[in-house]
Amino acid sequence: MIEIKNLHKSYQMGKNSLHVLKGINFSVEEGELVAIMGSSGSGKSTLLNILGMLDELDEGSYTLDGVPIKNLNETKAAQYRNKFLGFIFQSFNLINYKTAAENVALPLYYQRVGRKERQEKALKYLEQVGLKEWATHLPSELSGGQKQRVAIARAMAAEPKVLLADEPTGALDSKTSYEVMDLIQKINDEGNTILLVTHEEDIAHMCKRIVHLKDGVIVEDKKVDQVRAEQYV
Amino acid sequence: MLNKDRWKEIIEVLSRNVFRTLATAFGVGWGIFILIILLAAGKGLENGIRADFGDIATNTMFMWSRSTTKSYKGLPKGRRYNFKLEDVKAINDKVPNLRFISPRNQLGGFGGGNNVVRGLKTGAFNVYGDYPEIIKQEPMTITQGRFINHNDIEAKRKVAIIGEGVKNELYDKGEPILGTYIKIQGVNFMVVGSYKKKNNDGDGEEGQKEIFIPFTSFSQAFNMGDNVGWMAITAKDGSSISNLKERIVNVVKENRKIHPEDKRAVGYFDLYEQFNRVESLFGALRWVAYFVGVLVLLSGIIGVSNIMLIVIKERTKEIGIRRALGEDPWSIKKQILMESIFLTIISGMTGIIFGAAFIYGINAVLDSVGPVDMFVNPSVGIGVVAVALMILIVSGLLAGFIPAQSAIKVRPIEALRTE
Repeated sequence: MIEIKNLHKSYQMGKNSLHVLKGINFSVEEGELVAIMGSSGSGKSTLLNILGMLDELDEGSYTLDGVPIKNLNETKAAQYRNKFLGFIFQSFNLINYKTAAENVALPLYYQRVGRKERQEKALKYLEQVGLKEWATHLPSELSGGQKQRVAIARAMAAEPKVLLADEPTGALDSKTSYEVMDLIQKINDEGNTILLVTHEEDIAHMCKRIVHLKDGVIVEDKKVDQVRAEQYV
Repeated sequence: MLNKDRWKEIIEVLSRNVFRTLATAFGVGWGIFILIILLAAGKGLENGIRADFGDIATNTMFMWSRSTTKSYKGLPKGRRYNFKLEDVKAINDKVPNLRFISPRNQLGGFGGGNNVVRGLKTGAFNVYGDYPEIIKQEPMTITQGRFINHNDIEAKRKVAIIGEGVKNELYDKGEPILGTYIKIQGVNFMVVGSYKKKNNDGDGEEGQKEIFIPFTSFSQAFNMGDNVGWMAITAKDGSSISNLKERIVNVVKENRKIHPEDKRAVGYFDLYEQFNRVESLFGALRWVAYFVGVLVLLSGIIGVSNIMLIVIKERTKEIGIRRALGEDPWSIKKQILMESIFLTIISGMTGIIFGAAFIYGINAVLDSVGPVDMFVNPSVGIGVVAVALMILIVSGLLAGFIPAQSAIKVRPIEALRTE
């Protein structure tokens, strides 16, 4: 599903160049649930941004579902993001003047899906995350866990190939974190590929595979026995 | 492009900070308001001055004889001369594109003594010897009877058409006038009609105190021979009298043996030139109105542009999210432009409505206090409103352009980083 070869990325900070990613080789199969771990500054967010086409790579290659991702202009990148990827952010990033259902329907709007169909799908995904009765509420009326679940529904709505989650539980207490992880595991059970950046051990162990990044290189890449979040809920 | 979701979003965004939106809208509305008021005021002045010109055929010149200032062909300078009837014929033959040539003779005049008698009543009036065409050059309404006709001219009938002012002085109220006689400098004329001139302010009263008699009868009765006092010459529509006057004057000079270089021997007044001068004044007024109005509007537009920039700053993160979700940068740009255009048009239309209401109010006041000099019916046409709308759309586009550009310049990753 994802194929990365010899990925390099550096940032220009004034006169100094900061080499963040120093040759990453990494692939993800369909249906995997991968945790990317590392301390801050290890390059995990940069990696996720490149995977999410929010940032460009300097060197190496990136193939997503057989499509080489390089030299995209903004319009093309937007199209690919819409078609291939679903984002889940640490700070939820819901649009605060739109209701839960409208937020979920947003990626579909960009795909020019008709209004009625959009609403139906949005409700379907909200139901999946258990928030159907909250559909007409604004984000400000929802709790943190609910917001993240709306965000997950939104990421799912466009039926992307890969879900990218950047510290999805970073802003939540542990109980809500487990609820969200439970949801993510269930989505993964249905065969969706999910990449998740975290620095929490317990969250990482709820994935099927852990990739450790340190100073821009992968120091460890292992399969783990998944801890089901269900038991903590 | 104009789907429901976009509209909903535009309304949502603009209604999020109502006071700010209103303040911005006021800037644009005010600009358009000023533009409309200025144009209407200009139109009011134009209408007022046009009303002063009345229905007089403006493509007309008046020509009269003076003294020669150069000796020519053995004739001395300082010689008095008169136009003759043959000059009228000569002008008619030699100068094309003339509609009317009316030779006129005149008795009385400003401050003249009493020259008209009826029974025990007397009065001082201007008496004109005229051809029937004069009524088309100097329009008047016949209130009773008829005007001079060609039979009168040929038969040299002693008939007269009197003004309403003359009637008031020489007749009792309600007294029939048709068929009665008045004595003009000792010669009896039968009244066959009366006229009323449209009010040309100032001369209004004077204009009603005139008596018209056939040119030929005038010449005979008052011993004018074939002399012509002055002429009113109107060109055909489409050719201007200003271009023809040189040739007309030259014909007269040749006939009357006046030195071709003698510039002062023939007096004339070119009404069309005056009219054109006023016309170009109106043009200049309109131009000034547009100039000032658009400048005032411009400051409103800059306000809109400014607010849009602030809105973009506030929405940086939102725009980042939307782009991460896969919104086309073009779609974002379009959204911002439409917000800007929408805001400008709505506030501009409000300005137009207020401007129209204001003009309506002014008109109501004008109606109630009666006519004001040189100011009649200030108004703006639908064409002006259309132009104002065009200006608004273009300025909305301009106002939104820079903000929209800056909105899509932000890369999504940077936008998302702003907390």
